[in-house]
Amino acid sequence: MTLARRIIPCLDVDAGRVVKGIEFEGLRDMGDPAELAARYNREGADELVVLDISASVEGRATFLDTIRRVAEQLSIPLTAGGGIRTMEDGQAVLRAGADKVTVNTAAIRRPQLISELAQQFGSQAVVLSVDVKRTPVSWEAYVRGGRDATGLDAAKWAAEAVSRGAGEILLTSIDRDGTCTGFDCELTAKIAATVPVPVIASGGANTFEDFREVFTRGKADAGLAASIFHSETHSILALKRFLAERGVPIRLNR
Amino acid sequence: MKIAIIDYGAGNLPSVERALASLGAETERVVRPEQLDSAKAIVLPGVGHFAAFVAGLRERNLTSSLSKAFDAGVPILGICLGLQAMYASSEEAPGDRGLGFFHEAVQALPTNVKSPHIGWNQVERSREGRLLRDIPQDAYFYFAHSFAAPGSSEEVVAVCNHGVPFAAVIESRNLMGVQFHPEKSGETGAKVLRNFLESVQ
Repeated sequence: MTLARRIIPCLDVDAGRVVKGIEFEGLRDMGDPAELAARYNREGADELVVLDISASVEGRATFLDTIRRVAEQLSIPLTAGGGIRTMEDGQAVLRAGADKVTVNTAAIRRPQLISELAQQFGSQAVVLSVDVKRTPVSWEAYVRGGRDATGLDAAKWAAEAVSRGAGEILLTSIDRDGTCTGFDCELTAKIAATVPVPVIASGGANTFEDFREVFTRGKADAGLAASIFHSETHSILALKRFLAERGVPIRLNR
Repeated sequence: MKIAIIDYGAGNLPSVERALASLGAETERVVRPEQLDSAKAIVLPGVGHFAAFVAGLRERNLTSSLSKAFDAGVPILGICLGLQAMYASSEEAPGDRGLGFFHEAVQALPTNVKSPHIGWNQVERSREGRLLRDIPQDAYFYFAHSFAAPGSSEEVVAVCNHGVPFAAVIESRNLMGVQFHPEKSGETGAKVLRNFLESVQ
């Protein structure tokens, strides 16, 4: 009886479509969110994350509609976020059908947001998303999609967020994101050793071996990736079989 | 037959409704006590805080109606916090009283493991129950919680282990409960709900 490591596909959504961001310069259309969600649900994904990457006020209604359409396809948990600024934003996302909400920039500006969401919906519904870059000595949290440095030490910020009620950490390495050079396992191991909640590793996944490494050396509880799943470079079932054969606890039955 | 789903003002209600509907069940959201008078089966869904849950039931005058339904033998399925609410109290909300169908207290998960316990885990059965019928021993279920009912009580059909063994599935007379979320546990979870529906028909 072991808690399985989770494989989590992520849908980055803009104006109701799944897109692939290329270093914030261009966006490529990757398909319909509900169709992709249905596919991942079928293929044995352990959870799904949907992020509003436009995070504009005008796009909010469209995003809530996307969450509704995605949730209808799923019999697995759904996490949603992107541009969540207030309790009401979080509530809207959960009411639309998400089980958990992620907060990022607004939580750094006003950490009380985490406490408010956790008190209202429980820690299991609040995921702190933190975008991180390496510094010569440690890791620093960035905001606004990795554009602005905060001066905050990533591990210290994660620990504070957990003390305020965050139930999971979605940890993205900006250095590795989109590079296909593998997860930053030192980073995930560091954060996993710091906080008493599950850590979801994100950024850099390319091969099956990258996932094995992040679960063993990186001590991550879950591995998240986007484009390698959308483009069908890797099937989720094949990845899960690969990991199970190498002794990683994985859910194979659906 | 209509399944009465208790709507206490928060929680995972739409996904539970959707999961039951996909199995062909008709559901009705219950917000007033008289709606329970003719109920043939009740689902008590729930996520969030124990205090908010029992307050939500109290505000809607549903607490005593649920006890009456229990006494009358109406099958009741508690999901996650809905299972926990069947107990007398919870460490999450000291001073608040649960439904008290079971006299034990819900406890916090130990601090030597990651909490919340979030993700897919397996369970170990101590006896044959109704809810897990025809489900493989090694099946996974989706959990998301920081508190749990003790694993040693008589009503426990299966335990999950996260730091300590805790109640994952309970069955006692007309009461059934699961600490995991069947509505989020893929095909395995759908089978649990189907077993519930079959057991109440």
